[in-house]
Amino acid sequence: MQRTAPANQSAVRHLTLAMTTSRLSYTLDSTLETVDSAEQTASQFAIEAGFSEETVMQIGMAVREAAINAVLHGNAYDPGKKVNLDLERTGQDLVITIRDQGHGLDVSKIPDPLAPENLLKTSGRGIFLIRSFMDEVQIHPSQAGTEVKLIKHVHGPSAGAKEASP
Amino acid sequence: MSMKVSTRQVDGVTIVDCSGRITLGEGSVVLRDVVDQLLGKGQKKILLNLGEINYIDSSGIGELVRAFTTVRKQSGDLKLLNLTKKVHDLLQITKLYTVFDVKDDEAAAVKSFS
Repeated sequence: MQRTAPANQSAVRHLTLAMTTSRLSYTLDSTLETVDSAEQTASQFAIEAGFSEETVMQIGMAVREAAINAVLHGNAYDPGKKVNLDLERTGQDLVITIRDQGHGLDVSKIPDPLAPENLLKTSGRGIFLIRSFMDEVQIHPSQAGTEVKLIKHVHGPSAGAKEASP
Repeated sequence: MSMKVSTRQVDGVTIVDCSGRITLGEGSVVLRDVVDQLLGKGQKKILLNLGEINYIDSSGIGELVRAFTTVRKQSGDLKLLNLTKKVHDLLQITKLYTVFDVKDDEAAAVKSFS
């Protein structure tokens, strides 16, 4: 299988293929290009996993939003900090993990974007969209950064996000 | 594909034909710039034609909200026209569909400003 690393990135890539499992890992710079590359890479991965066009779009958007959080809010465009993107397909799940090297995302401080008083805010919808589009979302903040794990069931409900226990 | 815009005047309403992606970075900046330029020229009746917008992210949604509130604060009005299914669905799940005045017929949309 031929794969191309995201453009404009000094990507470190490891590819392991087995009968039912494939895995890709990238180390990406804290740039806007990384946001686009992460979305495109995840979308291609989802296409190859056999998801529908709509689900591929949802997975791509969830990864895009997670990458935005990592680049902007986690690493704050710091050229010395990297974003790790791992994509894994098991027999049952598509598992995508995005890690930054920021100070750790405090999810409890993110206001509900659907609350009437927040509807006209210009930001704060990223995590909500991620949860809307994935089957499971795990967010693990630490002082070394934030890890966001996104899971889509290969043979499960195609929509309906559930917050998984960390 | 990045975002492209062109503007035209119909019966005192500025129609902004948008195409491409409204996303973090260039797309959001293009939308912000065109709205700010129109307001600077006193053109406060703005109809955003999103019929050729095939993708929008949270940053783009935020930019639509910013455009809407900015125009309203200047006693103008900004409405949306021809939403694609993707944009429609996103505005639905973010509960913004009823916040915006959404139209699907250009002539009726233009009339609604008067």
